[in-house]
Amino acid sequence: MGTAIITIAVIALLAGLALSFANRSLPANESEIVEKINDLLPQTQCGQCGYPGCRPYAAAIADDGAGINLCPPGGDETVRRLADLLGTAVIPLDKELAPGRSVAIIDESLCIGCTHCRGACPVDAIVGAHQLMHTIIESECTGCELCIAPCPVDCISMRSLA
Amino acid sequence: MSAPTYDLGKLHGGLRLPAQKSAATAMPFQKVPVPSQLVLPIAQHVGDPSHPIVGIGERVLKGQLIAEADGTLSAPVHASSSGKVIAIEPWPVSRRNGDNAPCIIIECDGEDRHIERAEVPPVYDSLPPDVLLTQILQGGIVGLGGAVFPTAQKLMQAVTCELNYLILNGVECEPYISCDDVLMREYTREIVGGAQILLHALNLDIAYIVVESDKPEAIHKLADEMAEVGDERLVLKQVPTIYPSGGEDQLVQLVTNLEVPSGGLPTDVGCLVQNVATSAAIYEWVFKHEPLISRMVTVTGDGVAQPMNVVARLGTTVADIINFVGGYTDRAEQLIIGGPMTGKTVTTDRVPLVKATNCILVLSEDPALGPEMPCIRCGECAEVCPIQLLPQQLFWYACADDEAKIRSYGLTDCIECGCCDLVCPSHIPLTFDFRMAKARIREMADEKARAERARLRFEARNERLQNEQDGRDDELAQQKETAKRAGAETIAMIIKRSDKDRGKR
Repeated sequence: MGTAIITIAVIALLAGLALSFANRSLPANESEIVEKINDLLPQTQCGQCGYPGCRPYAAAIADDGAGINLCPPGGDETVRRLADLLGTAVIPLDKELAPGRSVAIIDESLCIGCTHCRGACPVDAIVGAHQLMHTIIESECTGCELCIAPCPVDCISMRSLA
Repeated sequence: MSAPTYDLGKLHGGLRLPAQKSAATAMPFQKVPVPSQLVLPIAQHVGDPSHPIVGIGERVLKGQLIAEADGTLSAPVHASSSGKVIAIEPWPVSRRNGDNAPCIIIECDGEDRHIERAEVPPVYDSLPPDVLLTQILQGGIVGLGGAVFPTAQKLMQAVTCELNYLILNGVECEPYISCDDVLMREYTREIVGGAQILLHALNLDIAYIVVESDKPEAIHKLADEMAEVGDERLVLKQVPTIYPSGGEDQLVQLVTNLEVPSGGLPTDVGCLVQNVATSAAIYEWVFKHEPLISRMVTVTGDGVAQPMNVVARLGTTVADIINFVGGYTDRAEQLIIGGPMTGKTVTTDRVPLVKATNCILVLSEDPALGPEMPCIRCGECAEVCPIQLLPQQLFWYACADDEAKIRSYGLTDCIECGCCDLVCPSHIPLTFDFRMAKARIREMADEKARAERARLRFEARNERLQNEQDGRDDELAQQKETAKRAGAETIAMIIKRSDKDRGKR
């Protein structure tokens, strides 16, 4: 009886030591997790999640426990992958977005060259100088819609590529 | 005649399929007359579409260049007959994705006048190989076995590798198709001549001309011609009739017993494969300066009145060709461009004959076998797979969209031969599922690349904005510093002066 108690106590002690050692010397690498989450996000940099870009959102998920269902461009697919990565349950999206990739397009006949949209674009996909016509580099546009609101003449619209 | 040799490598799996070829090979090939209208897609090859260089209303002559190669992987298009360009617009075509493609439409004048041909010396031996390759590029010649890879680029890639053998592919293993068989009977000289040109261009010493055992007449004709030419570099080989031994990698394995590595090319094991029809096209171009403007095509199936092999101008619509062979029978149900295993069903016969079209198949009934049932994991598919993949596992992962697993089980090596479909007792359309899965994988890779680019641009922008901000902060700090050094009186003076200036104005 005594031996048994001692044996089990020793095993428990060893296991406890091992666990505390692992906890101290092998901490989950914070930035690595953020990087992994960031990899799963669509990089539209649209800010629809309420954070200023994909990486800040990734950091918020990792540190502040932000919901994994805040990314409309990523869709259910991204929620599913995030849930896979973080070992949480798959939850429905916060708000839905029309499926398929779409890009912004500037009606160049209306553009007055105010450069407001150029400053709003998170990926520098808009070219144009002051008082000259602007245009969107279609291959680089992520379809985040951030350029639509600043336009004073409403000459930017979204076009579906599907 | 020199006897064909048989020393062969082994091919995994494959199927012996009913050939269904005798109906079309009963008579020699027939020439389809010049149609009233030609429809020439600008993308008849793998790679970038060619760039039209003729305008609407322009008169063109047979053999005239109407669209030039554009981009690193491309092939030019030539007018197949003389006439007037009436439109350049989307037209229904037969291809994997999408139903319409831009085409140059020519209204033929029926005169079939040929553009003046440059005097071509009938000797190619004196030409350096690179000049010969450039010349082949201008002929608009692409691989006529079905993949339509621009031949010149294939050769240019090949000369950078260490090559041992040229293999001429006369293995036409898919049921119904017999155009290469008839070509080998009727255009023997061109094929052998083309092989010699290729040997010279590649600086090689051995060319295997490989023919299936169920084409005795073609083998006989080729052997006779080769005996006459007496070129010791040419060797005739006979292979058993097993589908899909005509696939490029499969043929290399059969002939040389070397396996083309996953994701690699036959040039990785020192082989270059060309279709016999491509070889003949090269001969026509180099010796007669005739670009690729027509091709041999099999018109067959129980849905056409008189199955046969025809030579037709590229751009002739399938409807015109079917009319030439006597029209449809009452039983005609579906129209397939290509063979029954790898072809594509089309809904209209307005599609034109293109460089890739080796067969026009009209069948009476849908060859679909029955309702799809669950996989019972019998493993038949793995036994017939010529690539030695595990289709049942792939199917599983394709359904689950498990990209990593799909890749690690080698889906990208699948040649979509359709053997697994045929043997599946549950009638699962495996090839179709694999094709979709491949497309999804490509799409996901594209998306990933796009996201990565967006991330880099986003980060670069943030860095730039940060730098700008830092610069402004520094400047402000400097101004403050200067002001502090100048002292309060000087500043007051400066402010006063500027106020006075403003007052004057």
